[in-house]
Amino acid sequence: MITLRNLSTGYGRHTVMRGINAELRQGELVSLLGPNGVGKSTLLRTLSAFLPPLAGDIRIGDRPLNQLSTRERSRLIGVVLTERTSVQHMTVRNMVGMGRTPYTGFWGGLNDEDRRVVDDAMQQTGIVHLQHRYINTLSDGERQKVMIAKAVAQETPIILLDEPTAFLDYPSKVEMMRMLLRLAHGMQKTIFLSTHDVEMALQLSDRVWLMEEGRIIAGTPRQLAQDGHIAHFVCREGVQFDAQSLTIQLQVNA
Amino acid sequence: MKQWAFILLLVLATIVLAGCNILWGSLSIPARSVVQILLGHDDAENPAWRFILVESRVPQMLTALLCGAALSTSGLMLQTLFRNPLAGPSILGIDAGANLGVALVMLLLGGTVTLGSLTMSGYLLVVAAAMLGALAIMLLLLMLSHSLQSKTMLLITGVVISYVTGSIISLLNFSATEEGVHNFVLWGMGTFSNVSLNHLPLYTLCIAAGLLSAMMLAKPLDALLLGEQYAANLGVNIRRTRNGLLLSTGLLTATTTAFCGPISFLGLAVPHIARMWLRTSSHLLLLPGTMLMGASLTLLCNLMSTQFRPGSVLPINVITPLIGAPVILYVILKRSH
Repeated sequence: MITLRNLSTGYGRHTVMRGINAELRQGELVSLLGPNGVGKSTLLRTLSAFLPPLAGDIRIGDRPLNQLSTRERSRLIGVVLTERTSVQHMTVRNMVGMGRTPYTGFWGGLNDEDRRVVDDAMQQTGIVHLQHRYINTLSDGERQKVMIAKAVAQETPIILLDEPTAFLDYPSKVEMMRMLLRLAHGMQKTIFLSTHDVEMALQLSDRVWLMEEGRIIAGTPRQLAQDGHIAHFVCREGVQFDAQSLTIQLQVNA
Repeated sequence: MKQWAFILLLVLATIVLAGCNILWGSLSIPARSVVQILLGHDDAENPAWRFILVESRVPQMLTALLCGAALSTSGLMLQTLFRNPLAGPSILGIDAGANLGVALVMLLLGGTVTLGSLTMSGYLLVVAAAMLGALAIMLLLLMLSHSLQSKTMLLITGVVISYVTGSIISLLNFSATEEGVHNFVLWGMGTFSNVSLNHLPLYTLCIAAGLLSAMMLAKPLDALLLGEQYAANLGVNIRRTRNGLLLSTGLLTATTTAFCGPISFLGLAVPHIARMWLRTSSHLLLLPGTMLMGASLTLLCNLMSTQFRPGSVLPINVITPLIGAPVILYVILKRSH
């Protein structure tokens, strides 16, 4: 679905990472792991076309990303950003309806088909009961789900999410990941997200990209665990990784 | 739709207030005579009344109505563009830019020419200068737009811009003639009485163009509420939208500033009042709502300025802060989190 060939990411003259070769497949949930500052957000921004690639290319199917028009891109890639979106007097339903922007006419009005898609997106993300609430009255978890519903209503085959589980309590994190997995498998979407929740990413993702200084190692969670890459990433003094159960163990020396 | 009922109510309010502005001016004319004169029957007793109505009250009413709609719409677009509830043409210094343009023309090029006696081409020059000044400030603001999302930074930027333009204007004043300075100071107090019947078509055309272009931007403005990245991801052409907003807000602010002087607070306050009423984020409703709310409130201000003391007219900038300041305080206090 998405192919990265010899991709270099960065801002202006500052290269963050070079020579990335990897691919994302349809119907898979892929988590991007890596330490802070290694360039996860930069990669996601480049894939979202917010930043131009410094070298190499990104292909969606067989078309280069930077040759697509803004309009074409808006029907292929949906994004969910980390920033907290705050809009006065906007209901959940209206926010999800914003996902229809690429399809609506000059004035942005929704037709019956758009409304059906909005209903469906709210159903898929379990926020139907919130639809008449104002965005600003929601909890962080609810708000995040609304932004995901917006991306679902955008009907893009690809959804990119920058740390969707940050700021959420533990049950909400799990719920969020399960929901994304369901969307990937049920709706055959390509879902790619960055996260710091290593265990959850390993247990619930189809594939994992591990970003290290200067390279990306991709594979199924089990492969990466067995090859010792995950251990290399998480293990410090007092932190152990169990490749069998994909869990992290902490030793407490009292 | 409850919201469209509100819009209809605002249309009615605007019509009623426009009528009041015709009926009551600083000079008292019996309502019967007003109606008769407007219907085309000349009042033989007082030929001056006809002159007052046609040459003064009607143009002044239309000027106030359009000015209110223009500044408020400009404020709404700026608040969405910078994602900051405190944005507005006067607080960001855009009208200070227009002000500077006007000062350059009035003080430097024609210090002795009074604004009222300027010819059409002279007015066009003033509008063009105001437009250039406003656009220059808007360009500067767009370059700083990232940091303008913070309320503090926005206020500081606006204050700094106003200081700088103010200081240049003082310099200009210093070297201008006494009459030029006098005219400029009078103009700076804000008035709706400067636009004569002759100038009304140009004024109306500029503002209509600005308001129309604002309406055309309703859909991208909605998307911009989510921030530029989300908007771009939703297929909005950010550069084109920004340019459209630049021209639209520039034209609206520059035209009103050139003709009426810098009118403070309306652009900032009215969009908030419209939002509180309409309880929506959709610009398809907010734009007409803000235009009408701005028009009716400004008509009310104009009415107050002529009715405060019979026989004299208060500068409009004495009244607008009374409406604007409480709204600003409300916004700061309520949304300070």
